[in-house]
Amino acid sequence: MSTDTATPAAPKEGLFSKKNRKLITDPLDDNNPITVQVLGICSALAITVKIENALVMSISVLFVLVFGNMAVSALRNLIPSRIRIIAQLVIAAGLVTLVDILLKAYVYDVSKQVGVYVGLIITNCIIMGRFEAYAMGNKVLPSAMDGIGNTLGYAWILVVVAFFRELFGSGTLMGFRVIPESLYSTEGGFYFNNNMMILPPMALVLVGIIIWVQRSRNTKLLEEG
Amino acid sequence: MKALKKALDNLRPTFSKGGKLEKLHWVWDANETFLFTPGHATQRGAHIRDGIDLKRTMFMVILAMVPCLLFGMWNVGHQHFLALGEYTALGEGFWQKFGFGALKVLPIVVVSYAVGLGIEFVFCSINKHPIQEGFLVSGMLIPLVMPVDVPLWMVAVGTAFAVVIGKEVFGGTGMNVLNVALTARAFLFFAYPTMMSGDKVWVNTSTADGQAVVDGFSGATSLGLAATGNAGQVTSLMDSFWGFEAGSIGETSAFACLLGAALLLFTGIGSWRIMFSVFLGGLTMAGIFNLVGPGLGNEYMQIPVLHQLMLGSFMFGLVFMATDPVTAAQTDTGKWIYGFFIGLLAILIRVVNPAYPEGMMLAILFMNVMAPLIDHYVVQANIKRRMKRAALAA
Repeated sequence: MSTDTATPAAPKEGLFSKKNRKLITDPLDDNNPITVQVLGICSALAITVKIENALVMSISVLFVLVFGNMAVSALRNLIPSRIRIIAQLVIAAGLVTLVDILLKAYVYDVSKQVGVYVGLIITNCIIMGRFEAYAMGNKVLPSAMDGIGNTLGYAWILVVVAFFRELFGSGTLMGFRVIPESLYSTEGGFYFNNNMMILPPMALVLVGIIIWVQRSRNTKLLEEG
Repeated sequence: MKALKKALDNLRPTFSKGGKLEKLHWVWDANETFLFTPGHATQRGAHIRDGIDLKRTMFMVILAMVPCLLFGMWNVGHQHFLALGEYTALGEGFWQKFGFGALKVLPIVVVSYAVGLGIEFVFCSINKHPIQEGFLVSGMLIPLVMPVDVPLWMVAVGTAFAVVIGKEVFGGTGMNVLNVALTARAFLFFAYPTMMSGDKVWVNTSTADGQAVVDGFSGATSLGLAATGNAGQVTSLMDSFWGFEAGSIGETSAFACLLGAALLLFTGIGSWRIMFSVFLGGLTMAGIFNLVGPGLGNEYMQIPVLHQLMLGSFMFGLVFMATDPVTAAQTDTGKWIYGFFIGLLAILIRVVNPAYPEGMMLAILFMNVMAPLIDHYVVQANIKRRMKRAALAA
């Protein structure tokens, strides 16, 4: 993350300049918050049992991270560095509360399921990590881009993990039955849902497999020795 | 033999560099070395070598498992006919029982080997390293720790998971942290609990056309009975020792396990330190339970010490799983600690935690993870001791 430095007195650059595009695309692969920075693992284990939950979580994180990044970035010259963590926490907490209220108002059923974890977004390491590492030292617009990029990087891992967990753990996708009932042993078939997929350890294994695949494709991520 | 050797020599150019099937070189290599000791000469370093290589080691372990396998086949049939009420005496219908069991067990063995070796071959071809024989033993252990009614596709899924996640991600044979066969079993145990535990899966009660003929038959294992508060109904000591009880295919007979242990100890392949210390650990824990059991009024804790150790898969785990040289502790002192805690934890989990009727699998996996830590401290302690001595001498 050493490249995350503001460029003072740079010529005015377009919204989708190469540098800004990189802010979005970098966290998708080379600098993925989950598989490379290893942030936000806890929520990746907790809410990926169903795709729907993963999506709601991703949207919530998107909201908190983008607006939080912008707020922190806008205030970055006003926040005394000794109390910056507290200031960042206040911003994150305010936004998380907002998301929680919105979810309760519009998607109550989902809120009941992911409610606990939405409250815990505040402890999601990605939020504080990006506030601290990027927003505190960059302008508002790139900070917003960074928020979008990191959330997308976070979201795709979540959705992929949730896809496999829901498919093999419950036999459904987004709540629709994919593996037909008639195959199940209770209906005279041979199939069983894989209970391991419902348990959090399997999410860890799936994230591990994603990291494995990613590193064998993207060799610059390999550590020396 | 000569003909086979000639055929091999004729085939070699096809697989060598520039040959038609160059890509399958490693597969060829594995099969060739399996059949004949290759004529490689050492280039440098140690020129005197022990005749025992990885293949021969693995083969010895498999040989040691044969009594368990054969007895398991017979016992599968015996339990089946016992449930049906036919040939209820031990001596009756030997061939019917053995034949029935063989038909049930062999497909599991075949699936386990086919899936495991298939994955191993694929990974070796990708990674371009010679195929190693680590799976030969795991492939035989997996069927022995399965209940007889396990569906074949589950065996395939569990084996695939164990080989890929348990072994290949760590770098293949000799690099795994967890015992591969136990990884397969643990995965299936947590993934499909209804097919891997309970009182329905240990005894096959269906006829040839797959219809269950015995309704309401309870084929609970001794440990299953004990865990549900029926410790008085466990099989007698002699039955547990010889293995005339329900359970996973290969683990019921302590006697068959001891035959295997004798071979492993005689050839020096299995570590006597581990076997002995596991036994000691189990003895200690069961002894403690014996002491406190009457006070607590807990019937399970009062099962006599030796009987406790003959039940379930304790002996099987002791002989074949705990001694896995890759996942066990490497230092001699470490082996004592490692084995002792396996025995201790296995009995502790089994008796105290009602969710897990048998604790051997979990105890071994847990100590597998701890083994490097144990080794680390043993080595550190040794260094410290010698430093002190050096300081004294100076």
